[in-house]
Formats: sequence, structure tokens, C-alpha cells
Amino acid sequence: MSGGGEGEKRMRAGQGGWDRPAEREKRGASIPDPASTPVPAALRERIESAMALYPDARSAAIPALHAAQEVHGWCSPEAIAQVACVMAVTPAYLDSLATFYDMLETAPAGRHSVYVCTNISCSLRGADELLAAVEEAAAADPDVRVRSFECLGACDIAPMASVDGVYVGPLTPQDVPELLADLRAGRAIMPERQLARRLVADQRANSREFPPPPPQGEGAPTSAERDGAHASEERQP
Amino acid sequence: MSQQLLLQDIDEPGLHTLAVYERRGGYEALRKALAMTRQEVLSELEASGLRGRGGAGFQMGKKVSFLPHGAIERYLVCNADESEPGTFKDRELVQKTPHMLIEGIVIAAYAAEASRAFIYIRGEYVLQADVLDSAVAEAHAAGYLGEDILGSGHSLSLVVHRGAGAYICGEETGLLDSLEGKRGNPRLKPPFPANQGLYQGPTLINNVETLATVPAIMRMGGAEYAKLGVETSTGTKVVSVSGHVQRPGNYEIELGIPSREIIYGLAGGPPEGRAIKCWFPGGSSAPVLTAEDLDVPYDFDSLAHAGSMLGSGAIIVVDDSTPILDVAMKVAKFYRHESCGKCTPCREGTNWTVTMLERIDRGEATPMDLDIITSVCDHIIGNCLCVLGDAMAMPIASMVAKFRPELEAHMQAAHERALPPAAAPAGGGGGFA
Repeated sequence: MSGGGEGEKRMRAGQGGWDRPAEREKRGASIPDPASTPVPAALRERIESAMALYPDARSAAIPALHAAQEVHGWCSPEAIAQVACVMAVTPAYLDSLATFYDMLETAPAGRHSVYVCTNISCSLRGADELLAAVEEAAAADPDVRVRSFECLGACDIAPMASVDGVYVGPLTPQDVPELLADLRAGRAIMPERQLARRLVADQRANSREFPPPPPQGEGAPTSAERDGAHASEERQP
Repeated sequence: MSQQLLLQDIDEPGLHTLAVYERRGGYEALRKALAMTRQEVLSELEASGLRGRGGAGFQMGKKVSFLPHGAIERYLVCNADESEPGTFKDRELVQKTPHMLIEGIVIAAYAAEASRAFIYIRGEYVLQADVLDSAVAEAHAAGYLGEDILGSGHSLSLVVHRGAGAYICGEETGLLDSLEGKRGNPRLKPPFPANQGLYQGPTLINNVETLATVPAIMRMGGAEYAKLGVETSTGTKVVSVSGHVQRPGNYEIELGIPSREIIYGLAGGPPEGRAIKCWFPGGSSAPVLTAEDLDVPYDFDSLAHAGSMLGSGAIIVVDDSTPILDVAMKVAKFYRHESCGKCTPCREGTNWTVTMLERIDRGEATPMDLDIITSVCDHIIGNCLCVLGDAMAMPIASMVAKFRPELEAHMQAAHERALPPAAAPAGGGGGFA
């Protein structure tokens, strides 16, 4: 059960929303001054190259926040200030995005993220039990942030989880120790269960014979790909 | 043997690379299209009768023809923010055959006279976005994207834009706002995106599967494509089947085959010993159908006639082991979480629907609450800027209408459980009305 978003939780706890008066004495922050806002060069470079892709540079706001979150672990005030400085927008504008989009963290998060899909198709196949098992197993580990997530678009491997962006499933509560062990050891997460390796379910698909692979050279598939796997999933965090 | 257009070679090793895709005849359709005039390409698209595969089912060719002409920048946006619960067809296509999508985008952009294109892919699809990024780079290097494509004079830039997790960004105007770097709040329509879309310019927005079908249409010819399927729902469709079935996954079908054939024939039906309680024919936004509706042909108009919709083409099967209230709560909570809050009927309606469903589960509700739920749903439908609220109201109202006795029994049982033992009426249920 997702039980509403972060905002709702904060609102319930009386930390904002309609229950708290606006701080009318406080002035909103303006665009951060580049002279007093150091931005890591690599981050600045990523944000600026994203801005160059669009007719309106503001379109780069989400990619920029993604990049800053990678550096800072979450959309911290510092991360927001750095993005705001490079993009020449107010921090409040970026806050409005960070609080809207689920993948942008508005509180300190662990180094690793485990999103467990608990939407309808996964929950019909036991996702709520899976979430409870992951939450319990990772409760004492500040490095792992476990979240119940809305439909991740992988109902064919339900119930499933996205572990640092890698889709794995179907999972049972019994698989949780192995999953977390792989995650902590920095190994590929349960390679045999990764979505990347799954073939289409339709038996009538792949209706033409596969010709032999082209001679090795540019664009030729790697050996892993010839084994039926799209190897690119084995990313490391 | 039904025709496979999209999944024909889907698991061929390396299909996501340009070399393999080209060996399979990839980008031949683009060459063919570029040798024709824009108007001829548009005529083929219109003749194909291809209806949008994202949910609304609007004819793609018509959409293209709505774009104004003249010296004005036009945009093409591919909606890859697949987040309708139960839907995972675009994921499979993007991950395994990204060049088919890119080829379709270039052809559609040629017909629409668009010179800038964007693929808005949901941020959760990390692998798929990476695959797309490298495919776009390959296509660019090979001259299928960029300036003066294959010497035709047609130019197109293509940017892969990653979202950050919001269902509402799958709604076309919410997507446009998000792509402009804002919160994904839907816009008032009209103006429709074809007139005023991205950066206020004329914009063609289509779903991944719609655009990925374009190369096949160009190869076969629009008229030939229109022979597949049924009259008002032409062609093939990738259907995502999930939930209580034995073989969940993507299946490419010719539109108009009986739904039973998909659920039982292809996906294997519910587990042994179980029966179907209800099924969503088009994602969790579609009103539920029951086992009695299994013979409804799977196409846009037949499903609409049966009181539901084809939507995104995602069948979710629920068997008789699951209480209908659990299904309703999952669905309602999802839409409550995803409501952007812009329109009152949706923001408040989704919240109160969840609250009332929870009351049923706690034993605090009376049958009148079911009428109130129905009334709340009626007040959401058609009263918001976008259809997110409708997407909750339609399935919930259908569940209340079709499973009222079960919901009342659930209510009664919960009510009895909630009473302290001493206060429980001796005859059982006597104090409940």
C-alpha cells in the first residue's frame, strides 16, 4: 500500500501543507549567486549539456535534478541551490519539481534504492508480502532505501522490484536475503531473474528464423547478446 | 497464423543494434517514405486506419493532418511514459527494437513536417532509456537522424528525455508541461496539442506502439494494413496480460479476436482450480468486465459497447481468490496518490473514495456508502481537465455496480468483526441496516 505520497505523510505529521501557516516574515530565496555557490565541475557540465538540448533550457530541470541527486544522494538544499545556480532559476521552482516527482528524493536516502511495485498486478501475485519482507530485512541498513512504488511496468515478472534501476522478478519473500546480499556485495542482482534476460511471452513471436550473426565488427552483437541476453543490464551501482 | 508485425523478430539477438535491424530490412520503410511526398505518406497513414495505442484510440493519420502548415516550428513527441497499471508493451518494444520506434518517428515527423522530436520515457525505465540513447546515437551516425536525412532535405533532431516518476505525465498535456521542465499538470483543452503543444508550437504526440507500427504501414501500404483486424480497429496490437494468469506477458494479436482467446488461449487463463472474477480489458482505468464478457471481441468499439474500453491494451485478470474490495482499494489508492491536485473533483474525489472504501473494510460503512461512492464517481467523470479522475471513477463505479452483493457482505462481515464480543447481536447481523 502506498498510502499517499511524501507530501501527504508530512502533512499528516503536521509539517506543512494546510496545517501550518506560511512563514510570511521569511523572504523567498532568489537565484543563487554563482560567486558564493560552488558547483562541482562535472555536475555543471552535465546540467549545461542537458540545457543545450532543448529550445527552452528550463526543460533540462528534471535531468538536472536527476544529475544532482546522483551526486548528493538526494535533492538536498545544497543540491537544489547548485542546480538553481547553473540554470538561473529560483530554488523554489526546483523544490516544486522535487516534491512532485516520485523519483526525486526530498529527504536523505540510502546509497541504494529498492522500489517494490505494489500496484494491482503485482499485489495480486503477492507484492505486499514481498514489500514487507524487504522492509524487514533492510530495516537496520541505512544504506538501503526501500519504497513501495506505483506500477513499474513489469507486470509480466510480477511481483518484482527495481533495485538501483535494475528490474528483477518474479520474487518471493524467500529471495530477499539473496537480493540484498547481491546488492551489498556490489554484484549483479540475481542475474537469472533480471528482466533484461526475459524473452517475450508470445509463442508466436519470433516467427522468422534468426540468420547467423553478421561477421564481427562494428555493431556486431556481443557473445552475451548471442546467448539471448541483452547484456547491458549488468550495471554496477 | 496471425500476423506478427511488431514482435516478429523481437528476441533476435542484437536486434537493438543498427546492424541487425538493418539486416532485417530496417530503415527500408524510411527510404520508401522519403521518396514519396509528405502528403502521400500522410495518405498512407490515414488509409491504414491506425488508431492510437496509448489509450484514447484516436486515429493517428487524422491527428497528423490537424497540424497547421506554414513557417512555424512543429514538434513530435513520443509518449514513452508507460505507467498505466498493467501495461508493459512499450517497455518491451523500446528495449528490444528501439530502431523500429526511431524509424517510425522519422517517418511520422516527415509527414507532420516536424524538425524536432522528443521521446519522453519514464524515469524508471533505466535500461530502456540507455538502449534508446545508444540507438539514437547509432541512427544519428548512420544519417537516419540529423540534417538532411538520406539526402531528402528532411531534418530531424531527436532527444531522449527521462521523466522522474509521475503517472500524470502519461497524459499528453501533463507530459508537455513536464517536458517543458514544470510539474506535470494537465492543461485545459482546447487548444489541443496539434495547435498549441510543446513550447506553444503545433505538436504531434503519439504512443510508442503507434509510432513503432508506422514502418510496417509504410512497407505494406496503408490499405493492406487496414485489412488486418476489423473495420474500425485495424491492424495488430500488442496486449499485455498480467495478474492471475498462467503465462503473463506481451502478445501480439489481430484486433477483433475474442478476448477469451487472449486470456485463455495465449495467457493460459487463471491458475488451476480458479475462475475469473473480473478483468480489466485496458489497464486499471478501464471499467471491469466479468467472465460473462469473455467472448467480447477485443477491439476498440466492441469493448466500448460492452461498457469498458481497450485503453492501453493491458488485460489484468483477477480470479475468485481475491476480494473485490482489495482490488478497488488498490486502484483507488493509486489514483489518489497520482492525482496532481489541480482539479477539485479528482483531488477530493479520489481521496474520499479511498476513505469510504477503507470504512467498508473497517466495518464502519453502511450500504448507503456504496451509493455515495457511485455519486462521487459520477461527479468526477467529465468534470476535470484530464481523465485521471475518470480513470479511477470508471473502474470503481463498475465494481460497485457489478459486485454490490459481495461488497455488502464484506461490509457486514467487517461490521460484525468490529463489534466488541459482548455487543454482538445474538442472531447475527440484526443490528445492521
